[in-house]
Amino acid sequence: MMSEYGGQETWQEDLYSLLRSNGVELFCYVPDGGHKTLINRSIEDPEVISVPLTTEEEGVAMCAGAHLGGTKSVLLMQSSGVGNCVNMFALIKNGQFPFVTVVTMRGEFGEMNPWQVPMGQGVQPVVEAMGMHCLRAETPEEVSPTVQAALDMAYKSNQSVAVLLTQKLIGAKPF
Amino acid sequence: MSDDRSLDRKKAVPAIVGDPTDLLIVCGLAGASKDMAHLTNDGDNIFTMAGAMGGATAMGLGLALSRPDKKVLVVTGDGELLMNVGTLATVGILKPANLSILCVDNGHYGETGYQESHTQRGVNLELIAQGSAIPNTRTIDREEQIPEAKKILRDSNGTSFILLKVNTEPPPSIKRSMDATERKVAFRRALLGIA
Repeated sequence: MMSEYGGQETWQEDLYSLLRSNGVELFCYVPDGGHKTLINRSIEDPEVISVPLTTEEEGVAMCAGAHLGGTKSVLLMQSSGVGNCVNMFALIKNGQFPFVTVVTMRGEFGEMNPWQVPMGQGVQPVVEAMGMHCLRAETPEEVSPTVQAALDMAYKSNQSVAVLLTQKLIGAKPF
Repeated sequence: MSDDRSLDRKKAVPAIVGDPTDLLIVCGLAGASKDMAHLTNDGDNIFTMAGAMGGATAMGLGLALSRPDKKVLVVTGDGELLMNVGTLATVGILKPANLSILCVDNGHYGETGYQESHTQRGVNLELIAQGSAIPNTRTIDREEQIPEAKKILRDSNGTSFILLKVNTEPPPSIKRSMDATERKVAFRRALLGIA
């Protein structure tokens, strides 16, 4: 039996290494079970700045500010957080800021909490409506190449990209 | 608690900020962006907004964390800050020494017809900043306090927050660039030498 968000350790460790080897030095997050390994690694790493947010939209503006200073960043959030960000995505779009957010999905494959469903269904149309690319990773093998693609699109083509770590990948939280 | 609003932002903001050339500046939408675009002649060390309300302090925080070698000044208004006042708590847990926040509090939403803001009705943003663990905070509502405010913004060894209470006189008028991409590129070219 998979534990809650079980089986993620290997790909999450690989994902952290990938973000670091691409020069990401600012990790902004709202605490999230699906991002637990990534968040903990960023807190323990003396070479990065790890910032817990009160709301995800702070992270959008922080990542833009960090880019003004020359620092690469990532925003880690859950699907519900995407809804909190929508107007702040205007800053990313108007300024053509490179932007990568890694979103753990709730409210889709096997969801047992109905409160997660509306935003789970809303994530992709919302981010695409705000001019961002939306890439999905369904299996552990897809995670690193998808996030690498997002980082390249952001930092080489000034694009904004949401990578969705799907519920099929991370597992449904038991209720 | 003082509720004196006799200071005019057109005099008080330049007096507190002083020479802006050595600062990196992020401004919240509307009045604060006009105050600072006027003072800097919309220079390459300033990023102003005309939207993304509630994002100025977080954007300045990201810049301050990125560039600890530079003094970063956020200038915002009471309405803009109230929209994401929780960001003060995120600033307060990090306390970057190179970050200063100047909130120009006229108690109103000037851009939309001068409706009263929450600060006109008893909400005190300096106390919220204090309660958010920001180490150096002051409320400034008299001309003789301006040198002290300037010193705190410039020299404090820890994040500072100045609540500048002003009357409802409008900000200076200036034709500033609304092209955020062009402003981003100019800012990065001046600071980093790259687009």
